[in-house]
Amino acid sequence: MPMKISSCFVLAGTGVWMALASGVACAQDKPTAFVGARIIPIESAGKASPEIERGVVIVKDGKIVSIASLEKGADYNAPDGTTVIDCKGKTIMPGIVDTHSHVGGIGAADGSGTIQPSVRVSDSLNPFDSGFRRVVAGGLTTINVMPGSGHLMGGQTIYMKMRMKDGKPAKRMEDLAVFIDDDGVAGGMKMANGTNPMRDPPFSGTRGKSAAMVREQYIKAQEYGVKVKEYQDKLAKAKADGKSEEEINKIKPPARDLGYEAMDEVLSGKRIVHHHTHRADDIATVMRLSKEFGFRVVLHHVSEAWKVADEIAAAQKEGKVLGCSVIVVDSPGGKLEAAEMSFATAATLEKAGVRVAFHTDDWITDSRIFLRSAALGVRAGMSRAGALRAMTLSGAEMLDLQKRVGSLEPGKDADLIILSGDPLSVYTHVEQTWVEGNKVFDRSNADDLLHAVGGFGAGRDQEPYFCCFGNQ
Amino acid sequence: MTSSKFAAAFGLLLCTGLALAQNLVVKGKTVHTMAGGAITDGVVIIKDGKIAAVGKASDIKLPDGVKVIEAAVVTPGLVDARGTVGVSGLYNTKHDSDQLERSAAIQPEMRAIDAYNPMDKLVEWVRGFGITTVNTGNAPGALVSGQTIVVKTTGNTVDEAVILSPAMVTATIGPGSLESGGKAPGTRGKQVAMLREELIKAKEYAEKRKAAEAKKKAGVEKKEDTKDESKEEGKGGGGDSRNLRLEMLSDVLDGKVPLTITVNRAQDIESALRLQKEFGFKLILDMAAESYLVADQLKAASIPVILHPTMYRAVGEAENLSFETAAKLKKAGVLFAIQSGYEGYVPKTRVVLFEAALAAANGLKFDDALASITINAAKILGLEARIGSLEVGKDADLALYDNDPLEYTSHCVGTVIDGKVVSEGKR
Repeated sequence: MPMKISSCFVLAGTGVWMALASGVACAQDKPTAFVGARIIPIESAGKASPEIERGVVIVKDGKIVSIASLEKGADYNAPDGTTVIDCKGKTIMPGIVDTHSHVGGIGAADGSGTIQPSVRVSDSLNPFDSGFRRVVAGGLTTINVMPGSGHLMGGQTIYMKMRMKDGKPAKRMEDLAVFIDDDGVAGGMKMANGTNPMRDPPFSGTRGKSAAMVREQYIKAQEYGVKVKEYQDKLAKAKADGKSEEEINKIKPPARDLGYEAMDEVLSGKRIVHHHTHRADDIATVMRLSKEFGFRVVLHHVSEAWKVADEIAAAQKEGKVLGCSVIVVDSPGGKLEAAEMSFATAATLEKAGVRVAFHTDDWITDSRIFLRSAALGVRAGMSRAGALRAMTLSGAEMLDLQKRVGSLEPGKDADLIILSGDPLSVYTHVEQTWVEGNKVFDRSNADDLLHAVGGFGAGRDQEPYFCCFGNQ
Repeated sequence: MTSSKFAAAFGLLLCTGLALAQNLVVKGKTVHTMAGGAITDGVVIIKDGKIAAVGKASDIKLPDGVKVIEAAVVTPGLVDARGTVGVSGLYNTKHDSDQLERSAAIQPEMRAIDAYNPMDKLVEWVRGFGITTVNTGNAPGALVSGQTIVVKTTGNTVDEAVILSPAMVTATIGPGSLESGGKAPGTRGKQVAMLREELIKAKEYAEKRKAAEAKKKAGVEKKEDTKDESKEEGKGGGGDSRNLRLEMLSDVLDGKVPLTITVNRAQDIESALRLQKEFGFKLILDMAAESYLVADQLKAASIPVILHPTMYRAVGEAENLSFETAAKLKKAGVLFAIQSGYEGYVPKTRVVLFEAALAAANGLKFDDALASITINAAKILGLEARIGSLEVGKDADLALYDNDPLEYTSHCVGTVIDGKVVSEGKR
């Protein structure tokens, strides 16, 4: 193993999870310093940060404490008892953010209808799925697990951190979920247009019908929101007026509708729409609907975004379109609306000023080789800095998690990966993945390696349940 | 058509015709010949579409007046040992998906030559990355799904493109071909039983045909008997009535055409080996996700492997696949190639250049990775005398790159087939 590991790791004894458990204790109690690596911070205080040839990252209590250069004879200060990890010759970058994944054997909306906002992917997630082991093997630390694209509205997505609970693989969805303060599990809303959700009734059969059905539901959700607001106002007024309890009890809320509740979170901007869309006209439709209803949206896949890059940039300036999350696959086609897919999409969008992230769409592409998407983006003309930001901070911004993840900055979650070489090289391996100060993947552990490269016993990965794919 | 348009079209045809007998000089800072070591500052001289000389630029006199192209790295044109481009098209709709016929479990008579569309955009797509030859055809999915052909990734017609037909007959053991003929085969046991029955029929058929031909030669003809026989046999055929299905399988039994069996689990690989032992055909293993478990057996039996794409999804029967299988097969001494395979959705085709690259990142040496998509692929296809390396007399198929071809951020900057530049630009 190339890394000189701290004494507390030596104490860890046998077994993969024992070692990790020890890691937890260290990370929580004492600072850990990752010393000597090339560091790619991505951003510092709102500005693009240059790569540091040789530096140190210090983390404590699951957060990043400091980043510093060790060039020109500079040294670093670490408190006594700091665990020092020698990372000479390695590259450290923030944990990767995947804006669109289907790992976890998930299944959300079913065949009973095409708009199912009440369905939560979090209720279908299997934390034991081997897909999560591959996610960390690829250096992914934050992922957005989504329902499929066989529905106009396929349900609520879940934003996850690849944590280890007490140094062991997570057993419950809650161990992995990102929580927004007091507001429960964080996630977006999956929507889709184009051919995937089109099929026989009760689904839509044409693009026109698709948009009409979505508009009708958003209008109903708006009306539901008005009713809820009226109730809340009445209640507040009655209380302010000092009405009796009997009178206050007479003020009844509208009957709860889980779907409209979730859609109202979309309309209020709290829940971001993650919209599957390929063709240029479908992309335009998403932007049109976003403008009509004011929802915040990330455009996903975007095979033909290169045709309407300037239009997307203009919509982004207006504030509701957050950018494009691009999938990179090895060839165009597979369905008509992806026939003009291009490796250059990300580069074209970048040049037009659009915020760009990448995604795995795992199992469409494998989380273990997600960095390849950035590299192929560069191959087709994207800037290196833009491609690396697309793997990290830009993705975080599309999940409203940029204050917590996506760059190596003091105060942010200690999510980082240690790479054997340059992140854009095919020959580079993810050697370690750290989430909130805990090591969750180590290529030098046999069991982790098995999941990183595959082999007998690598586990039964569950295919996502993609209900209702329509006309191809 | 107006006469001027006709003249223009005719002129174009003439140009194409000239281009076929192409002379060209290709220079490379590094030339990977795949026959001996790499050459630094190398040059490949092409005459009439064939390689006329290969060596150090300083040792070879360049012909006068011949176009010269240059790149940092030059390799043989890449050979994809098993794909479906041109048979399963970019759009993945009914009109361009001819990779699998589901009307019966065993249909070796289906020729890929009757289904290949050289104009499909995926052919152009893979060519842009330096792939000059593909073994394409019927995809896995039926017990015996049909034939494959070897094509160059150029030409407007299949006749221009094809260099070997049939190249293989393809079969599948395992979940991939369950119920491919209705209810049967419903189990692995039934799959092998059906294959054995069919191969035995083919053997009998071949014997009867031989006997009938011998009789014909001897001038003895019993027309009535043969008629009866063919009626009685129905689909099975016999006597001197031709049966395309059994004819093809008897070519397999004669060793004229290899039987490529798609298998993933080690147990299915063993079934394929057992069949091969019983019938003695030329066996090539396809996909072979768990081949690392039986690599020594494969070596002992000299069975080549056309390995699954390195990035193939590790689900279902391929759940135990490994990025390191190529390296393990190399270590065990098994002859293998890395394929693009068949994809039912997105991406519609994989690119062997990328698949070999990931194998190179997981224990396979650069030269061995390149061999798996050039000379070793050619060997498995039986075409090593013609393609797969840069040697005098071979087809002038080359790929040009601006850096390490396997690196993500490098570009293919040119593809040459039969001495003609068929792709340019940066891909």
